[in-house]
Amino acid sequence: MEEEDLKLDGNAAAGVLRELFSFELTTARGRCDNCGAIAEIGAVMVYSNAPGVVLRCPQCQNVLMRVAADGGRYWLDVRGITWLEIHA
Amino acid sequence: MARAAILGRLAPVRWQLGDVVELVEETPRVKTIALDLPDWLGHRAGQHVDVRLTAEDGYQAQRSYSIASAPENDRLAITVERLDDGEVSPYLAEELVVGDKLELRGPIGGYFAWDADDGGPLLLVGGGSGVVPLMSMLRHRAARRSQVSARLLYSARSLDDVIYRQELERLATDNLEVLYTLTRAQPPGWTGYARRVDKDMLEEVAFGGDHGIAFVCGPTRFVEAVADGLLAVGYAPERVKTERFGPTGG
Repeated sequence: MEEEDLKLDGNAAAGVLRELFSFELTTARGRCDNCGAIAEIGAVMVYSNAPGVVLRCPQCQNVLMRVAADGGRYWLDVRGITWLEIHA
Repeated sequence: MARAAILGRLAPVRWQLGDVVELVEETPRVKTIALDLPDWLGHRAGQHVDVRLTAEDGYQAQRSYSIASAPENDRLAITVERLDDGEVSPYLAEELVVGDKLELRGPIGGYFAWDADDGGPLLLVGGGSGVVPLMSMLRHRAARRSQVSARLLYSARSLDDVIYRQELERLATDNLEVLYTLTRAQPPGWTGYARRVDKDMLEEVAFGGDHGIAFVCGPTRFVEAVADGLLAVGYAPERVKTERFGPTGG
């Protein structure tokens, strides 16, 4: 299996994001803190084969967000996102 | 004291048990599972559910499956392709029987969703079982008697691998065109496409004008090739919605 086959998109992170946020995050827009590209979370690259879920910028591959869950605890790393615009 | 509702805030998505009420063999490898879900709050066409299986020893495996039914349908249906080395799909496609219970949660997602009120024209491009969420959109469009012009370009290995074939024939009308490309085997006298989706094909099936909106679903490489092709044809990036299936989808 090649790396390319492991690449998914933000739709694949929708479930775990729904556990954490009370708004739909795949339709939120986020800004990549590295390159400034703005994309809907549903359209970013997602790798879920790592421990946890890793969201990457589709333009520069920068890690936007990492989410890991284990036994009722979550670790959420959002350092790669400057801001999120969430539709209420 | 009740707290004021905040617009757009979603209820927590909870695991719930559904009753399997019907199983339909779509192709030798693909089965549709219709469920009765007492606590279901509705969905939008294109959304998915997470299905969770629990073994006797407590081991759990979870996978996402696109919803195949329209929001207007009484029962929720998912369509599952059996992946031979999968952990969940062989059970769903082979062992599950009517009367069993299935644990799931949803609806999940919102990016890859279409409402009839979103308008069009609507170009749907599916590879293999990537047609499932697109079928939900077409069923929704029919249930709403939407007049939005739509085209489905469906890539399958052979005619026998086409899911929902009879229903798609019935749904096709003046403003819904269903086109197949059969990439591995074609029946005698086949006059349709017989190759992988490419830019030339997309140029032929794309809508003119401002192109409208496109939804692309299938394996990762399929989705990326089609999305690149649509951008080359002139679709606006934000009007091409994609959903990739991964190898862990089993």
